[in-house]
Amino acid sequence: MLEQFLTAEMIQLKVEVEDWEGAVRAGGQLLLEGHKCTPGYIDAMVRTVNEMGPYMVLAPGLALAHARPEDGVHQVGLSLVTLKTPVNFGSAANDPVELVISFCAVDHERHVDVLKALAFFLREEDNQRLLREAETIEEVLGAFRIQA
Amino acid sequence: MKELRIMTVCGFGLGTSLVLKMTVDDVLQKNNIRANTFCSDADTAVGQRYDLVITSREMEKLFANVTQPVVVVDNFLSAEEVQEKAIPVILDMLEK
Repeated sequence: MLEQFLTAEMIQLKVEVEDWEGAVRAGGQLLLEGHKCTPGYIDAMVRTVNEMGPYMVLAPGLALAHARPEDGVHQVGLSLVTLKTPVNFGSAANDPVELVISFCAVDHERHVDVLKALAFFLREEDNQRLLREAETIEEVLGAFRIQA
Repeated sequence: MKELRIMTVCGFGLGTSLVLKMTVDDVLQKNNIRANTFCSDADTAVGQRYDLVITSREMEKLFANVTQPVVVVDNFLSAEEVQEKAIPVILDMLEK
């Protein structure tokens, strides 16, 4: 399931960003280039963090960045960005962030299965470590295949 | 046994709260507790019908004036944390 969405084009490793906004935009850019969303969706992802706070940093070092289906989504999409240098989102509990998963949903239903697969994968701390430390996209894809 | 309505909450009710709901469902199952779990967004959450809220530190303030218990979880992927923080509250509610 994961490997259907997190294809090689949707993964970027050890990205250098200035701050959390750069991290969110890097993830959104992959969704945009994969024709999953509009440029406006990336702005909406950034706005969401600004307006609602860093609640999407849902586990230590891990952010799940997204906006709403009505913010400009073509199809369900998921991207993974790992950061060369971790950045703070302002989350008291879970900063600094090293893994940014971005997604766009078309409604409240059609992304549920892939998020389930993602949560199942990330629940294993070893898998999170593997993503953080991965030097090649092939390592990441290999881990998804084992999962499946 | 009565079935509690347990609400997980995040900004839009479709990403973060969904991950939390999955963890909560898992932990409930391990404890053999049947409950109705569902996600909600920040705008409509307070007005929903629920017995218990589970959410993040950032969203906690939305529920400052409600009488239902609010459980704050830091790591939405951690079954251990949900077990430790939410299950005692749930068991207590089921006993009443």
